[in-house]
Amino acid sequence: MPAVEATTPAIRKTALYSVHRQMGAKMVEFNGWEMPVEYPSVGGIMAEHYAVRTGAGIFDVSHMGDIRLAGPQALAAVQHISMNDASRLAIGQAQYSALLYPQGTFVDDVVVHRLGEDEYLLVINAGTREKDFNWVRDHTRHFDCAVQNLSDDFTQIAIQGPKAVNLLQKLTNVDLSAVKFYWLTRGTVCGLPNTLIARTGYTGEDGFEIYVPSDGPTSARVWNEILEAGKEFGVVPCGLGARNTLRLEARLPLYGHEISDTINVWEAGLDRFCKMEKPDFIGRASLERAKAEGTKRGLVGLEMLDRGIARDGYKVLDLTGREIGYVTSGSPAPFLKKNIALAYVPTEFVPLGTELKVEIRGQGVKAQVVPTPFYKRPRKN
Amino acid sequence: MSFPTDYKYTKEHEWIKADGKNATIGITSYAQESLGDIVFVDLPKPGADITAGKTFGSVESVKAVSDLYAPVSGTVTEVNGDLATAPEKINKDAHSAWMIKITLKDPAELNSLLIAADYEKFVAEEGGH
Repeated sequence: MPAVEATTPAIRKTALYSVHRQMGAKMVEFNGWEMPVEYPSVGGIMAEHYAVRTGAGIFDVSHMGDIRLAGPQALAAVQHISMNDASRLAIGQAQYSALLYPQGTFVDDVVVHRLGEDEYLLVINAGTREKDFNWVRDHTRHFDCAVQNLSDDFTQIAIQGPKAVNLLQKLTNVDLSAVKFYWLTRGTVCGLPNTLIARTGYTGEDGFEIYVPSDGPTSARVWNEILEAGKEFGVVPCGLGARNTLRLEARLPLYGHEISDTINVWEAGLDRFCKMEKPDFIGRASLERAKAEGTKRGLVGLEMLDRGIARDGYKVLDLTGREIGYVTSGSPAPFLKKNIALAYVPTEFVPLGTELKVEIRGQGVKAQVVPTPFYKRPRKN
Repeated sequence: MSFPTDYKYTKEHEWIKADGKNATIGITSYAQESLGDIVFVDLPKPGADITAGKTFGSVESVKAVSDLYAPVSGTVTEVNGDLATAPEKINKDAHSAWMIKITLKDPAELNSLLIAADYEKFVAEEGGH
């Protein structure tokens, strides 16, 4: 019998791949996807990050996944697998949540959108597309609800920044001032009817995510029209590099870093998205036990006090040099002009102001626990 | 991309300008372009020894840390203090934003380094994708 060789899956590309290449983007492999990390022609990560905080930036986030649940028991199905309370969602409303394992740890984080009476859309991470779909399908079999993987159907473009609303308004007939943050609607965008528009994002700014057909020509046309319409606002295309620095400043978790299958909801500090008072959901019992036993560690924000940049995976030390934890995400913060990090440390080191060290190339460099999010966008209303 | 012909180069993208028993070291403009905006430079102090082929510090962009490799062996005499507060000078002009000055331990080590034309070829091949 001939031996069967295991083949590694080919790297996937979004419909906008050739557009990114044409724009001279530096590409990187991310969770099986060939994605732009930054666009040198617009100034790279720092310029992109700044544009989102002060004007507008656009991101190709088509690598993310989409799972649709529809049917008479769609709500019950969502309630069973998701930790937040989806029964609070009006039609056209969205909420941040997570899918949990029975141990109360994370399968993935997710944004749950209520599209209709009995219709929900879960937007999930790129690297967990297959895992999540299988999980959702397997754990909702006993509900009268159809589960569809729509991940390849959409080109998803995020338009983020204080000027995102002005920009998108030029391209749609929908009155965007009526769409509140974490609400969604459908309308004509760039001439495409019935396009899903969600006022969601991963940057800590106001912004929108639009879902357009995933064919190459439509995707490229929409992308270019957004860039054209956004010229007056200084819009730039943004890659995964800026996406990471933006979400880090806003203390938004990244799967595999702040949340994973070995970290529970309390440790990650995501209590307010976990509604223990709702009917049973996967992970609830473990979380109750964990709460009763008390959490042993917590996620803190760190600001470097001495020269040095804390990065993912670096060890966290107490002031005597003893290893006590690790950095989940760390980077320079382009807008705040500081070096920041998120880290897991034992509960006794969680209080604000606690001084710690981060081991950087063999040296302990001083850091301090600071409040998060590191950055909060100015509220106008 | 052109590289000063009076410098010599390593495959790790450092440049060295020798002057008798002394030399000045930095990273090339190809290196700064690959890195993107440089936000942090970690250099040895005057008096420290550096050894050919071994790391002597690091340079960081927003996304990545890159080790600096000594083109030759020697002792650090001067460190460019500007880079602590303005590391972006390397992005602006990598071939003049020197990092360290050294006394050479063995000037013959320079002979195994690349001349500008060979470095240019090397970079063209490396950046070919």
